[in-house]
Amino acid sequence: MTTGRVAIVDLGLGNLHSVAKAFERAGANAELSSDPDVLLRADRLVMPGQGAFKECAHALRGEIGEAVRSWIDSGRPYLGICLGMQALFESSEEAPGEKGLGIFPGRVKRFASDLRDAEGRRLKVPHIGWNQIDSTHPVFENGEWYYFVHSYYCVPDDESLVAATTDYGAPFCSAIARDNVLACQFHPEKSQHAGARLIGHFLGDVSWS
Amino acid sequence: MLAKRIIPCLDVKEGRVVKGVNFVGLRDAGDPVESAQRYSAGGADEITFLDITASHENRRTLFELVDRTASTVAVPLTVGGGVRERRDVSELLHAGADKVSINSAAVANPTFIRDMAEAYGAQAIVVAIDAKRVPGETDRWTVYTHGGRRDTGLDAIAWAKQMADYGAGEILLTSMDRDGTQDGYDLLLTRAVVDAISIPVVASGGVGTLAHVHEGLAAGGADAALAASIFHDGHYTVTEVKEYLLDQGVCVRPPERD
Repeated sequence: MTTGRVAIVDLGLGNLHSVAKAFERAGANAELSSDPDVLLRADRLVMPGQGAFKECAHALRGEIGEAVRSWIDSGRPYLGICLGMQALFESSEEAPGEKGLGIFPGRVKRFASDLRDAEGRRLKVPHIGWNQIDSTHPVFENGEWYYFVHSYYCVPDDESLVAATTDYGAPFCSAIARDNVLACQFHPEKSQHAGARLIGHFLGDVSWS
Repeated sequence: MLAKRIIPCLDVKEGRVVKGVNFVGLRDAGDPVESAQRYSAGGADEITFLDITASHENRRTLFELVDRTASTVAVPLTVGGGVRERRDVSELLHAGADKVSINSAAVANPTFIRDMAEAYGAQAIVVAIDAKRVPGETDRWTVYTHGGRRDTGLDAIAWAKQMADYGAGEILLTSMDRDGTQDGYDLLLTRAVVDAISIPVVASGGVGTLAHVHEGLAAGGADAALAASIFHDGHYTVTEVKEYLLDQGVCVRPPERD
């Protein structure tokens, strides 16, 4: 496996230590950076969840956002985690009027406040804890458990982008995959062995369509 | 479906795990990072550290411990104990904690919780409530602070509601009557708090058997079960707890093969 250098986009909005460590444990040479030149010189790019949609969108308005966009256009491997997935879409109910990167058409919605489980119990928002995914995509393991912590989820216009769904009152999109872009709503860096295996897939493969 | 969580808790003093009954008679129980690694390998859904170091001067030891743990353990980490001001929260989050648990400082200044939830997100802010049954009453509990030494007179249920309204992401509910006794969770207390609020409740204090864990999640209705001594003393592994719960039909994340 040739992992090369993994650059982790640091927007200065949170602690990305555990993300970097998770990639190092998987054998990658991981570096946190907010410098577009450093980011663009890497072999793989990771955008972790950090801050809220508004802060994230602001941080991506400038040259870091341009670097991420040109990276994705160049066809090199990208992994978005949590907000790093949501930021790929056009807008979010979390911050009306703010623009995401708009790589894919679609928006980010908030979980309804009246969600109920199969037994009629009210579900809590944020959705925090371990939940399973349904997936037929080769990178994701059908039925595997991952750690989630979020109140918003992506709704791609193009349903063929959806690589995994998770049930929380109703199924929502918990991962997408297209060409060189992988993104998940859950946190592989907090998802123990299952998360480590997903990171391994990202470091190993190059196309996920 | 969202799984119920099993959370081993490590009481930490000056960088070492300690264990005592009702917060007194402490004895050394090993290296926290090693324990955290063992628990996460066995299927722990989260790890909690409660720092009971008396002085604030040894804070650096705790930050190093959190940093070492977050570097090697790939499950969420909650850290509490001695969190008094914004700087304590920010330093713990920067050291690698995913959530910070706040107890006495919330009682001293409830708006601290609101400010911290706004600054760092509700998901990062846990309010720890140490509750003790009012003598002679069956369904009334008051909130204790300062490691269980001071009765605030606050009603535990009303306090949990207030903290949920102020933006806490989760309540860590410890029964002072049961803590360290291995008689089981205070199920009435747990159920009363679970029914009163709409944020997750972590049950704590009193687990001695596998059936106790099941009761806390089923009859008590808790979203997560926290336990210390059954794991430290080697009575049960996290894997055994989870296998038992799966047999009982509780939705938990199954222990993973390596």
